[in-house]
Amino acid sequence: MTSLPTHTDRKLGLVIDLDTCVGCHACVIACKGWNTEHYGAPLSDQDAYGAAPSGTFLNRVHSYEITPEAGPAQLVHFPKSCLHCEDAPCVTVCPTGASYKRVEDGIVLVNEADCIGCGLCAWACPYGAREMDLTARVMKKCTLCIDRIYNENLPEQDRMPACVRTCPSGARHFGDLGDPDSDVSQLVASRGGFDLMPDLGTRPVNKYLPPRPKDQWDDTDILAPFLEPVAQTPQGFLGWLDRALERL
Amino acid sequence: MHPAPSVILFTTLSGLGFGLMIFLGLGFPPVTGWVAFWFFAFAFGLSVGGLLASTFHLGHPERALKAFSQWRTSWLSREAIAAVAALVVMGIYAVGAVFMGTRITALGWISAALSLATVITTAMIYAQLKSVPRWNQIATPLHLVSVSLAGGALLAGQISAAQVLLLVAGVIQIGHWWVGDTRFAEAGQSIASATGLGRPGHVRAFEAPHTGTNYLLREMVHVVGRKHARRLRRIAFVSGYALPLCLILIPGAAHGLGGLAVVSHVVGIAVSRWLFFAQAEHVVGLYYGARG
Ligand code: SF4
Ligand code: SF4
Ligand code: SF4
Repeated sequence: MTSLPTHTDRKLGLVIDLDTCVGCHACVIACKGWNTEHYGAPLSDQDAYGAAPSGTFLNRVHSYEITPEAGPAQLVHFPKSCLHCEDAPCVTVCPTGASYKRVEDGIVLVNEADCIGCGLCAWACPYGAREMDLTARVMKKCTLCIDRIYNENLPEQDRMPACVRTCPSGARHFGDLGDPDSDVSQLVASRGGFDLMPDLGTRPVNKYLPPRPKDQWDDTDILAPFLEPVAQTPQGFLGWLDRALERL
Repeated sequence: MHPAPSVILFTTLSGLGFGLMIFLGLGFPPVTGWVAFWFFAFAFGLSVGGLLASTFHLGHPERALKAFSQWRTSWLSREAIAAVAALVVMGIYAVGAVFMGTRITALGWISAALSLATVITTAMIYAQLKSVPRWNQIATPLHLVSVSLAGGALLAGQISAAQVLLLVAGVIQIGHWWVGDTRFAEAGQSIASATGLGRPGHVRAFEAPHTGTNYLLREMVHVVGRKHARRLRRIAFVSGYALPLCLILIPGAAHGLGGLAVVSHVVGIAVSRWLFFAQAEHVVGLYYGARG
């Protein structure tokens, strides 16, 4: 049903720390690895070893450069996947009911058996979080690893999305953002987590933590004054040598 | 947005076909018998042909029946229902007019209303998308409906109606371009709001997620041919509106000129529709450094 639930029991989602993400793309690979062989159709590649490879990914890591008014530019790695929006425009536009938002945990899913591959939901998503698989010809998107987080066959520490489990820098956090006392909600509150394109009214569940302010040029090194070059122009014997060599 | 030929063909042809149906349903011209047969055949050919073309871009056309289920929220589902309802009611009306020589007025009015509803629902599929600011404006449904009505009047041979409607549609077309050109800026999204990184300083896309292209770039970050937009707009305006209007303004215009006006109109509208897609920018482009 493509009517959005007025209320979801939980709001499962990700919190992504743009300060600690090192842009290693391990989450991209873990995501593709898990999701190509579990929920729904595989994530196909086209021309994977040819001149123009492309493929379906549910998580992609962009990189941005921020140039402040003063000081050095800063590089920020920016992983992006479905934000499991509360007012998900991708769900309401779907003509078949294939796209839906779950009442129990707020996860936005595609029932691939109902999807006609019209592509309208991908148009409606402002974030580029949905991709049509060119082989299966159905819409693919992040499932928040629904087949891991509730999977009792997995060891307990693996019952989280593949991207979160694999991130080597601890930049990805998973939890219930509807519960103000959860770890992820606390993290968002303490670090000033924000929404992407909030004005569009999609009310994303996933939150991003801003990069922390970086040190400035002038206070980079308290030892710097002691490391001033001792003599700019050589004196004495070295000075004579320098002048003699220059004359040669 | 990627100007897929099947979608351009669909919106152009079916818009024209449903426009013609609106006039036939209202009894302009009040045809019966063989003349009616050809009129209805033409209208059905265009609208059904357009609908078939639109299924070519579906990944799974065999599941198309499912698209009738979500009319509560989905304009695409509403369009599917309105289109089929219009075709069915119009079919019954056409059978009466062609084979029994009677036009059941009430049925005609209903089918005209359903045809109009089809065009409006098609337009709303585009107009509802906040992610594509150029389309997300009131002029989008006005544009698509006025074009459909003007084309319908032209095909139905309603010369005086067509004169007014072509003029109105032409003005709305210019308005849609005019407003559309600033919609993206007005919508207020930028690389800073997309990434939330604007506070420390100026944000620039440094590296794309992958070396190759992807579905999002192909489908939504189409840029090819935008540089010819001005020239194409002139072609669309002259061929789609101005020339047909001049042709039917010639007093006592013969059928030949009317035919020419129709051909010119259809070509112009197809060009306009190409621009409708090619010039529409999706906000996801911001993540890839578009409008950086
Ligand atoms: S991020 Fe896009 S695909 Fe995910 S819920 Fe929001 S609008 Fe839908
Ligand atoms: S592509 Fe599939 S999931 Fe998306 S709107 Fe169309 S039918 Fe629904
Ligand atoms: S795995 Fe972690 S550090 Fe690596 S790109 Fe993904 S979020 Fe960033």
